[in-house]
Amino acid sequence: MTRAFLAILGRDLMLASRAGGGGELALVFFLTIVVLVPFALGPDLNLLSRIGPAILWLGALLSMLIGLDRLFQGDEEDGSLDLIRASALPLELAVLAKGLAHWLTTGLPLALAAPMLGLLVALPGEAMLPVAGTLLVGTPALSFIGAGGAALTAGLRRGGLILPVLVAPLTIPVLIFGVSAANAALGGTVPFRTPFLILCALSLAAIVVGTLAAAAALRQAE
Amino acid sequence: MPLPDAPLILSAENLACRRGGRLIFEGLTFRLRPGEAIALTGRNGAGKSSLLAMLCGRLRPEAGTIRVEGASDVAPLELSHVVGHRDGLKTALTAQENLAFAQALLGDAVLSSADALARVGLPHVAALPVGYLSAGQRRRVALARLLVARRPFWLLDEPMAALDLAAQAMLAGLMREHLAQGGAILAATHGPLGLDGARELRIGP
Repeated sequence: MTRAFLAILGRDLMLASRAGGGGELALVFFLTIVVLVPFALGPDLNLLSRIGPAILWLGALLSMLIGLDRLFQGDEEDGSLDLIRASALPLELAVLAKGLAHWLTTGLPLALAAPMLGLLVALPGEAMLPVAGTLLVGTPALSFIGAGGAALTAGLRRGGLILPVLVAPLTIPVLIFGVSAANAALGGTVPFRTPFLILCALSLAAIVVGTLAAAAALRQAE
Repeated sequence: MPLPDAPLILSAENLACRRGGRLIFEGLTFRLRPGEAIALTGRNGAGKSSLLAMLCGRLRPEAGTIRVEGASDVAPLELSHVVGHRDGLKTALTAQENLAFAQALLGDAVLSSADALARVGLPHVAALPVGYLSAGQRRRVALARLLVARRPFWLLDEPMAALDLAAQAMLAGLMREHLAQGGAILAATHGPLGLDGARELRIGP
């Protein structure tokens, strides 16, 4: 069973690294957003550094949504999903492996790139690590909430359009606590720990609920 | 590894299928016993692929039950190999990687992926991404999956499609071998399977 779990995880990581796998797409999109926003805001450096964490979080959220529709759709189209269903591995664990692979190829690189991109939004040096930390613990929630939506739209030809509409509202709590934890690191009255721990809890809950929901959606035969 | 001792029988009772509001077939009952091959025939749209989709759990039967006698707690799909129109291959991965993935997923390994590719006559494409292969070669890689893991039931949807004559004979040989080892085959087909004693199950008018 461990072997099948690792096989799915390994295959998805391998696919993401191959040409056209889309592994780098999220990172490039993230970079694009974070580069463009300062130009749109104008030269007010104080404003930029005040809303910097929000820009980073919004950029990360939108980047994670890109390509999410392919999470199960590709497997559904070419029949790999039938292969996964034919395995003795419970569908929940298969979803967990795929969600984990999605996070490792999108969420984790985004969190690691955040300190670099923080420079572009004039984030103070001492806030770099906390902001990257919020992305590190918050992005798994986005991957797994997204997995639920991706499983629902796996059979739809234009699922890529409806997916953000389904998923974005569900990510609002993550966005709120992610940005407020990041802002707390910049100063203010709220201690960093409080929103950060809530963010961790949201991620843990999303991993469980998202996995179960996605497996249920995939199991729902026509 | 030998097949389980208790004879496993794939049994379908009173199956009915509805697609898009239209009843395609009903009252379909059959049992697939060890060593037995069923050629599933019927005109286009008679529900051959739908029946296979039901056996895979992708489609819910309108009525009736599908179960495995002798292993009632196991889903039929977990004892089956499925090779259909959607070949289950990732075009970005090599033939070898695709087969190794299938083997890790399906468990109960028999042949290594290299040996399985040699059996289907494609030892030279092991390191090529599947996207570069022709339709017939892809079908053969998908069929090599039947050999990397041991499963008693082979559910095949038009297995001869896209195969040249030599490959059709090769597949017939593989199927005979599987039947001789106590396996069972259900294949939707329009042409001959090349198996003596295959029972015909005709659905639709």
